[in-house]
Amino acid sequence: MGDLIAKSACDGLLPLEIGGATLTEIVFDAITSVAPWRGHEQAVSDALKSQMGAAFPAPNRSTGKAKSRAVWSGRGQALVLGPPLEPIAGAAMTDQTDAWACVALEGPAARDVLARLVPIDLRDGSFKRGHAARTQLMHMSIVLMRTGADRYGIMALRSMAGTLVHDLETAMEAVAARG
Amino acid sequence: MRITCPICGERDSREFSYRGADVALHRPDPEAGEAAWDDYVHLRDNPAGETRDMWYHEGGCGAWIVVTRNTVTHEVIGSELAAEVAR
Repeated sequence: MGDLIAKSACDGLLPLEIGGATLTEIVFDAITSVAPWRGHEQAVSDALKSQMGAAFPAPNRSTGKAKSRAVWSGRGQALVLGPPLEPIAGAAMTDQTDAWACVALEGPAARDVLARLVPIDLRDGSFKRGHAARTQLMHMSIVLMRTGADRYGIMALRSMAGTLVHDLETAMEAVAARG
Repeated sequence: MRITCPICGERDSREFSYRGADVALHRPDPEAGEAAWDDYVHLRDNPAGETRDMWYHEGGCGAWIVVTRNTVTHEVIGSELAAEVAR
């Protein structure tokens, strides 16, 4: 069988640079959801630490680094972004590598762009580096994380990749137009 | 209107969807009799004042929460996880 050509979720759509913000796609080797069974939370967190160097994140937080991150994605569940995981005893795990469109929005205008789309308080005092949220971008459910002073990671369902880029592009243009 | 999710903190109401009074958490025993079941299925209070109802944090963490609020002043007084109320 011949080699198939894998296309990323935002293939042909990114990168974009408009005004003070850039939007790029992030492609992870693997995305795995990890949901510890009741009573196994600590053991699963320890196993994650030894496999990918980051603990199981608390609600509304992410742990780890750029190529190896764990982000809280709902009650009792985290998404591990980066290295493929070996099965962990005491956790329900699902491969979601091709299920998400992941983008990074960065630059001095990044927060102004997001503020037009996301209904949470993005100010420094309440959404800091290492913070994460399940929230909405326009009407679309997303995972949002702040990964730097001017850098945000956004994950939406892959089938919504075009909408995600469109909404962000429109907001980037609007912020840039204000100068 | 802003609702405080016990997990996510204060959020915009657009992230939530409304279910109704928190009767679902007070399901009668199967043998409780017709009156109790009639009340559970059909009868609802319409209070002018404090009410407890269920909201689903659909655009957020996916938790069912019980919100205590005042229908006269629109004040949101508090919220708890439905899973903990039901326990």
